[in-house]
Amino acid sequence: MAALNLLTTKGLSRNFGGLWAVHNVDFELPEGQVRALIGPNGAGKSTFVGLLCGRIPASSGSVQFDGRDVTALPAHKRIALGMAYTFQITSIFAKLSLWENVALAVRRKHHGDANAVEGGVKAALSRVGLADRADQLAGDLSYGHQRLLEIAMGLGQQPRLLILDEPTQGLAESEVDDFKKLVRNLAGETTVLLIEHNMDVVMDTADMITVLNFGEVLAEETPETIRDNSAVQAAYLGTG
Amino acid sequence: MDLGPYLLLASLEGAVAAAVLALTAVGLSLVFGVMRVVNVAHGEFFMLGAVLAWWFASLVAGHPAFGFVLALICAPLIAAVIAAAADYFVLKRLNYDPEATIVATIGLLYIIQQTVLMTYGPDARPVEAPFNARIYLPWFGYSTYKFFVIGAAIVLLIGVWIMLTKTRIGLVLRASQLDSEMALAFGIKVDQVYAMVFGLGAGLAAMAAVLVVPIQQAHYLMGGDPLLLSFIVVIIGGLGSIAGTVVAAILIGMSDGIISVFFSPTLAKIIATLLVAFVLIFRPTGLFGKRSI
Amino acid sequence: MSAAAKSVWLHGGVITLLFALQFVLPAYHHGNLARIMVLAVYAMGYNMLFGYTGLLSLGHALFFAAGMYGLGLTIAFLDFAPSPALLSGIISALIVSAVVGFLALRTTGVAFMIVTLMFAQAGFLTILLFGEYTRGDEGFVIQQPERVLAGIDLTTPGNRYFAALILFSVCLIITARVVQTPFGKVLIAIRENEDRARMLGYDVLRHKLIAVIISGTMSGAAGAAYALLFGYVGASFAAVQYSIFPLLWVLLGGAGTTIGPLVGTIFMFYLIDLSSGLTSAYMLIAGVTLVLLTLFARQGLVGELRKRALPWLP
Repeated sequence: MAALNLLTTKGLSRNFGGLWAVHNVDFELPEGQVRALIGPNGAGKSTFVGLLCGRIPASSGSVQFDGRDVTALPAHKRIALGMAYTFQITSIFAKLSLWENVALAVRRKHHGDANAVEGGVKAALSRVGLADRADQLAGDLSYGHQRLLEIAMGLGQQPRLLILDEPTQGLAESEVDDFKKLVRNLAGETTVLLIEHNMDVVMDTADMITVLNFGEVLAEETPETIRDNSAVQAAYLGTG
Repeated sequence: MDLGPYLLLASLEGAVAAAVLALTAVGLSLVFGVMRVVNVAHGEFFMLGAVLAWWFASLVAGHPAFGFVLALICAPLIAAVIAAAADYFVLKRLNYDPEATIVATIGLLYIIQQTVLMTYGPDARPVEAPFNARIYLPWFGYSTYKFFVIGAAIVLLIGVWIMLTKTRIGLVLRASQLDSEMALAFGIKVDQVYAMVFGLGAGLAAMAAVLVVPIQQAHYLMGGDPLLLSFIVVIIGGLGSIAGTVVAAILIGMSDGIISVFFSPTLAKIIATLLVAFVLIFRPTGLFGKRSI
Repeated sequence: MSAAAKSVWLHGGVITLLFALQFVLPAYHHGNLARIMVLAVYAMGYNMLFGYTGLLSLGHALFFAAGMYGLGLTIAFLDFAPSPALLSGIISALIVSAVVGFLALRTTGVAFMIVTLMFAQAGFLTILLFGEYTRGDEGFVIQQPERVLAGIDLTTPGNRYFAALILFSVCLIITARVVQTPFGKVLIAIRENEDRARMLGYDVLRHKLIAVIISGTMSGAAGAAYALLFGYVGASFAAVQYSIFPLLWVLLGGAGTTIGPLVGTIFMFYLIDLSSGLTSAYMLIAGVTLVLLTLFARQGLVGELRKRALPWLP
């Protein structure tokens, strides 16, 4: 890919009480790519994306987004620049309607333009198949549907970079298939960074895979070549 | 009088204040440490102790020491039972949600204070000290009872410390403090522990009041100052840390005695309230503590 | 009917009802209702922060008193006319709430409650400290000539009621409007899930600060109006009790509902009014109500109504 890099990190590190959760990560994500971030539990994946979107301050290193150094920016400013982040543990506005949940995501871009907001909300909800439930309270949804609502809130922001933290966790088989289709549809529209445990989803959706282990980048390969990487197998299976 | 004796007097008065404050604040700190509950009604349990002390003293004829001893035993017990009941019937049902418990303890504050107003009345009433001999220092005479207050507070604080560190009850308390779910899993009845701690906290405040009431009079609005001062002490000493609380109580009690010699009490209180606010804003773990609210 | 239309009908209806009541109420209740409307403005200000933004302050008496003394002291010592004095009261509250908000919002939850409580207590004590000017607990009276606003004598019951109604209506409309705007929706989002709101790109701290300022300024407007309409300025309005009252009114009426503050203020006012005839310990009622509300009806009266019957209530 010759495209520009939307996101770049240099020497990005985070230390928690003497332990490096993320250590010296150089990472480049070209515009338009779907990138999967995988690694064993505790590899630092969530910390890493936390550093990207500003939920966790970096101990050292830098984050560049869209050609701009955002390392010192607080989370909400990075989001305003065009990142979107969906939570690993479902985080929605339980007492508000689905419509309002997504409207909150859409509105920031379309201050005051009620028609644009209406359109954006409808589009985002339709994409995850929840359009007919717009008036329900988010808290009344099933767990799987709440995950989808969370994704709709990410889509509603029309981000340049969509960070999905384990989006398929707890989804039913059929819902996972729908999710795969959704991500494939997004390809070309926006850049996606996907933390995922389900290797099926990774193989079917990602253009490129980054493997983290002990807070460091272990490998960066295409889905086709990663199966043969012995270091990755060792990290996952404990065998060499 | 020269400055020297003047400062000695202020220090003695400060030591009495510190002793009473340490007892009261340790009660507040214990409740916060174990239950994570900010008990806004803590000062009312102090007041309750004082008013009950007056009531017991007026009940018993003869030497004032009889009434005093009766009060010293019974007043903290009654306060503790009321507090344990409040925990059982109110706080427990709120699942110890931090904001809801504060609102509920504000309600409790008014319930206790106003009930005392309805029954005991609006007057301030003195309680006679059990003994009142004076020690004659070269510059002024000083009440032996005040020395007794200091001594009694030290004994009680050592008692609390031994209970927390050397007994099974203390072990249970510390387990509940660290992780209430884990404690539950090990068969500790957290419900009962919480009711007991809330009772103990209130009992300590009441005990402090019984000790101080022969020096100060009993009045239904007397709970405000001990509450504020205990807050200051607990926040400065580090939330939930008993040792930090005692150190801070001595610091604040002593300096309060000395400061109020030089400043107006209102100004001293303004400084104190702002101190609490700014410590919470800029050093939320307290000056010595490790945990924040 | 759309949500906006329902909102217009509801709030228009409440204002019309209050307007009509002045012609039928006996003098005693007529006077009470004027007072209640001003206090309900205080409650609405409190509700903006507690009900809609989810921040529980225990120090709103500071803002009420800032409005009251901002008006009273400028009349007493600078010979301000009532309208600039009223403005001075409102601006004082605005400044005080901006400073308190700026500092206190560095904390959250229980620490925020205690910090606001302490600031308000420091404010109360400061009023006592400068007793020479403020007359402390005893307070001072604003004389009749100083209570003629734009040619309207606010010492007559009719004018007083009308002035209270206008202030109340303005603040009710502001509240109803704000909570419908995108800004208001963000406040509600912060109340529901602060972290999520932040990760949707909203500047949570800035929104909270603006909420504190709107809330504090509205509370201050109530304080200034109270002094002007009832002619008295005193330190008791800055005491802890006056920080607890709006919490009580809003909890009782329904936090996060537009008309809850009015409903709660009416109920509590009459509950205390009736019981103070029986005992001097009328705050007992406040204490019992607080405990019962936290135990059994966190939603308050209007909140329960919304939950059970009228989900559209704003």
